[in-house]
Amino acid sequence: MLTALLVMSAIALALGAALGYSAIRLKVEGNPLVDKIDAILPQTQCGQCGYPGCKPYAAAIASGEADINRCPPGGEEGIRKLADLLGVEFKPFGNETAGPKPKSVAFIDENVCIGCTLCIQACPVDAIAGAAKQMHTIIASECTGCELCVAPCPVNCISMVPLPQTPQTWKWQYPVYTLAPVK
Amino acid sequence: MRALHHFHGGIHPEEHKLESSGLPIARAPLPQRLTLPLQQHLGSRAKAVVQAGDRVLKGQLLARAEGEMSAAVHAPTSGLVLSVDLGAVPHPSGLPDLCATIEPDGEERWIERATLDFCALPKAELLVRLRDGGIVGLGGATFPAHLKFDLKPAQAIRTLVLNGAECEPWITSDDRLMRERAAEIVQGIEILRHLVNPAETLVGIEDNKPQAIAAMRQACANTGIEVAAIPTLYPTGGEKQLIKVLTGKEVPSGGYPLHIGVLCSNVATAYAVHRLVNCGEPVISRLVTVTGNVRTPQNFEALLGTPIEDLTKLAGGALPGSADYILGGPMMGLHTSNGRLPVVKSTNCIIVKSPQLFPPLPPALPCIRCTRCADACPADLQPQELYWFAQARNFDKIRNYHLFDCIECGACNYVCPSHIPLAQYFRFAKSEIRALEHESAAAALARERYEFRQMRIERDKQEKAEKLAQKEKAALAARQPAAAPVAPQDSSTQARIQAALERAKAQAAAVTPKNMDALTPQQQAEIAEIEARRARARELAQAQDIPHNSNNAD
Repeated sequence: MLTALLVMSAIALALGAALGYSAIRLKVEGNPLVDKIDAILPQTQCGQCGYPGCKPYAAAIASGEADINRCPPGGEEGIRKLADLLGVEFKPFGNETAGPKPKSVAFIDENVCIGCTLCIQACPVDAIAGAAKQMHTIIASECTGCELCVAPCPVNCISMVPLPQTPQTWKWQYPVYTLAPVK
Repeated sequence: MRALHHFHGGIHPEEHKLESSGLPIARAPLPQRLTLPLQQHLGSRAKAVVQAGDRVLKGQLLARAEGEMSAAVHAPTSGLVLSVDLGAVPHPSGLPDLCATIEPDGEERWIERATLDFCALPKAELLVRLRDGGIVGLGGATFPAHLKFDLKPAQAIRTLVLNGAECEPWITSDDRLMRERAAEIVQGIEILRHLVNPAETLVGIEDNKPQAIAAMRQACANTGIEVAAIPTLYPTGGEKQLIKVLTGKEVPSGGYPLHIGVLCSNVATAYAVHRLVNCGEPVISRLVTVTGNVRTPQNFEALLGTPIEDLTKLAGGALPGSADYILGGPMMGLHTSNGRLPVVKSTNCIIVKSPQLFPPLPPALPCIRCTRCADACPADLQPQELYWFAQARNFDKIRNYHLFDCIECGACNYVCPSHIPLAQYFRFAKSEIRALEHESAAAALARERYEFRQMRIERDKQEKAEKLAQKEKAALAARQPAAAPVAPQDSSTQARIQAALERAKAQAAAVTPKNMDALTPQQQAEIAEIEARRARARELAQAQDIPHNSNNAD
């Protein structure tokens, strides 16, 4: 009886020590779920979700404090992916969140720009080139279309230009045809 | 005779080759306008080097290759550049793209045509010449030739395959080219052989073109180039299928022929290479079959940029009951109703449609999973499964079924008893997947830039805080009385400041105010008194300044 108890408690101690050690040794840095959610988010860093960037929003979703339908640039496809990942129901865009817009990039009217650098400080991805009292310009290939530079401009010289569809960016459409009734 | 192999599947559509293959190649006259899209190749658009109002010569560069994957575009005749602007181009989207429009002056004045001694040129230089000569795959894929033939040192080519299969129905441009210009094709092949140095060179021609086979065999005699007659079966002209038939080797999934030591090029491309290297002429024209519902179907050597309706007029004009055109073959071609579209490097055929020749497809019925498409698929795929996943937009799954090995040949459409446009679904799924990949690459870039910016802001903040702390420490040290007088840190700067101050002083002294002449003695006395007060004040200020300045120097 006593031997059995001793053996069992020895095993329990040994396993507990092993588990405790591996918990410290193999500790995962950060929350892996946050990274998975962050990978789905479109990285516009636009703050339309109410959080200062995609990563903070991902962290908020992971901790359960934010809904999955707060990201307009990700579109419904993004919500669907988040729902799949988290095992929750799909949720359409709510009233408080604007729906997705066509992809645009910012454009600076160079005749009006006074070179104040306010937009440069607002750009989350460093997509504006310029310096104080020098002309600013958008690096269109880096611009995520977050619109964060539009509000700070004191002379309203920044506008969002929707990206036109060209033969280079065009996509084949889903085939639409009529099915014949089966007789 | 060479032992031939088989690829999986394949179909036997009606050939319709005899309509246009009987007449010799005719040269199309100069049209009134030539429209040259700046993108006539796979990859990125060429960059225009001319502008509206420029006069150009025949063969002059209109747009140079820009980016890794691109090819040049040249003026097909001498004349005036009317515009470089958006215009209609042969593209399935129907969207406009940049085009250069040329009004011919009718003089056909050439640029200086310099032939190349390709054996003496380094290979890298020859490849650059191919790019600047606008050479792309003229079989229809328009892959830039300078990339295809650019071998890494470790890559060895065992077999060079020349594609003369021309498996699509109706098209006979390669057939006529091989019949009439076999010697020139062989000269082009010799240049390609020089570039890649293959152990064997094969020309694959479908056995429904006996005259082309005979002409090529004659031209290839004693050159070591082997001409193989291969069974007529659509799509033998597909690169991977032709390689399988001729060599028995299969291009791995997701790979290129290069990976199995094979390169494949169209005979028309070889001919274009010959024109460029041995005649100094860039790609400014191509052979176009004009067939279908026209009076006299025939092949034309047409300048690039010629409107397709001009060519149909040359072929006797469209017969009554015609509607729309197909650019390319009926299996993979582009359907359009715009007769003003220009001939581009990929336009090997113009088919005038009529409801009799191309009856509209009956309405599609539901898929009954008969797997006839899988039997016909030359890429050995399962089109019925791909169709299923494409419908459900299940793009992860569809990739597992090797969607990207689909060559969009349309054999599955052809055999489907339910008339489902399967290949259209595959094109849709492919372009969706490509767009998603592009988006996720853009997101990764944005994430990287965002994180770097956060890091930079954090770093700046830290540096600022450190600087501030240091300054405070220094100020504290300076306030202590025991601090020894600090010698000026940078004597040269100090000296320069001193010199500048003295200069300014001297300048001030040299200038005398304008109202100083004709003063009363009383005024002069007042001035002298003020000056004396000023001098005293300056002395006092200097006496106080010295310790003050030494503080600032820290």
